[in-house]
Amino acid sequence: MSETAAFFRRALRHRSFVAGGLLTALVLGMALLSLIWTPYVATALNIRHRLALPSATHWLGTDALGRDVLSLILAGAQNSIMVAVVSVGIGLLLGSLLGFLAAARRGWIEELVMRFADFTYAFPAILSAIMFAAILGPNALNSIIAIAIYNIPIFARVVRAAANSVWARDFILAARAAGKGAFRITIEHVLPNILSVIVVQATIQFALAILAEAALSYLGLGTQPPTPSWGRMLNEAQSYVFRAPLLAVWPGIAIAMAVLGLNLLGDGLRDLTDPRLARRR
Amino acid sequence: MSGPLLSVRDLTVTLPTARGPAMAVRGLDFDLAKGETLGIVGESGCGKSMTALALMGLLPEGAQAGGSVALGGENLLAASEKRLCDLRGNRLGMIFQEPMTSLNPLHRIGDQIAEPLLLHTDLSRRQARERAVDLLGRVGIPNPRSRLDAYPHQLSGGQRQRVMIAMALACDPDILIADEPTTALDVTIQGQILDLIRDLVEASGMALILISHDLGVIAETVDRVLVMYAGRAVEAGPVHEVFADLSHPYARGLFAAMPRLAAGGAYPRPPLPTIPGIVPDLHDLGPACAFADRCSLAEARCRAEPPPPVSSGSGSHWAACWRTEDARALPIGGAA
Repeated sequence: MSETAAFFRRALRHRSFVAGGLLTALVLGMALLSLIWTPYVATALNIRHRLALPSATHWLGTDALGRDVLSLILAGAQNSIMVAVVSVGIGLLLGSLLGFLAAARRGWIEELVMRFADFTYAFPAILSAIMFAAILGPNALNSIIAIAIYNIPIFARVVRAAANSVWARDFILAARAAGKGAFRITIEHVLPNILSVIVVQATIQFALAILAEAALSYLGLGTQPPTPSWGRMLNEAQSYVFRAPLLAVWPGIAIAMAVLGLNLLGDGLRDLTDPRLARRR
Repeated sequence: MSGPLLSVRDLTVTLPTARGPAMAVRGLDFDLAKGETLGIVGESGCGKSMTALALMGLLPEGAQAGGSVALGGENLLAASEKRLCDLRGNRLGMIFQEPMTSLNPLHRIGDQIAEPLLLHTDLSRRQARERAVDLLGRVGIPNPRSRLDAYPHQLSGGQRQRVMIAMALACDPDILIADEPTTALDVTIQGQILDLIRDLVEASGMALILISHDLGVIAETVDRVLVMYAGRAVEAGPVHEVFADLSHPYARGLFAAMPRLAAGGAYPRPPLPTIPGIVPDLHDLGPACAFADRCSLAEARCRAEPPPPVSSGSGSHWAACWRTEDARALPIGGAA
């Protein structure tokens, strides 16, 4: 497929796409690595070596309980990505379904779906997370649910808008004249034409989900001890910010790297999948 | 033959607009027999495309159709969406005005032609593909087998319209509805596409509804013509009788406004005659003649009462006008 080859050639010349891709790959690599190997057991305490500075034995030092910071960062990547994948996945699936439904059915169904999206959108993710934490108790699952719910209206809106513009095109009328029902038209004609929009949005939402997970964990509403989490590392580092400022810096860098990488990747993908930009290059 | 294939009675189409409902089609009646070809002609906004979409059940969101459209005795306007999906592409085929945008740019043309076959017949994917090769050949695409895997952007406008025709014909429909099939094509291609449609209609025995604003296209292609104005039929009949004896002032005006090559004509040529005024507002049309405000023959009666259909010739040619006798004396240029 020469078109695929051409896409990759363009992609490799796109600076933010390459930078974002590398950063994202790095974070993913950290998470994968932590599955099979970390320098120390991430949750192992070692009180005698608490608050150690970076050294050959502990590359990034140790925290207030003597846990190895590098191991915690690696294992934390795993947690962040898991929460982000699941929550964005649920949001994408349900949100896109609603968006496709709204675009295919129009009328009162569209109105209902979009008002539901507005209603859900009106609650900030943090607020609904606090609500879920209050009802179900704080844990990682509840932060996943909260972030997923926050993502549903975003995907519903993006997909509906993009799908509506495809539904207005001539070839949809031609497909309907050939006897295709709304379901098949959605799958065969609308979805392929807006796939890039969904992928780009998912990349951006992925970054936001990592940020949201960190925020929820920081507030104590997300991942609970002893599971390593970047947000909670920040929270714990807060008490020692004058004695051991580096403890706040490492998870901060990790979060920034993941979010920046995904945003750059999303921007790059958006540029690369936009046919108008593609032709200009 | 037992009754017409398609019977349209008192068809109305109402479109929602910011200023309230607009009547795009106001009480249209016509019959179509098996194998018969009907042309619907009129200017932009006269309701001809809405008529076509109403027959297919593809009216835009919010539009309301009234009256009845009976296909073999079944009222399509009352049919469920599922039933309509069964009929579309199967018994009813449609070709659109814009071949450049009527094919999905992401799908290969072979797959798009095979689509209606897979939807409406029991053919396997392989058989449908073979049939697609056959269809591409029938619509005059050279090397059909090698073109099967082409994407729409690799074809010219004329070829794409041929592909659209192949899609519409895939299931041997009873009726082919062609909505301005040649308007977006250049003149030489127009002729080829029209010849193709006419040949295919003759060969397969399907009925054709050809919608156009081009009287030349209509005259060359169909048996019977129906002239629409502001959502109503104003004149109808066998095509040669109608063109030989245009009896409605609007139909005559339309004919006079057609550019033609005059043998040994003066140069520079005189400006084309135009019909004064503009198409009436579709929001508040009464039962009286909608053309009265633009008609040089209009009298008080025209604005007060609906004009009756007046027959002439063999009897199947009629015009809805109080003054058909005087209208026949109006100049139409060209031959006159």
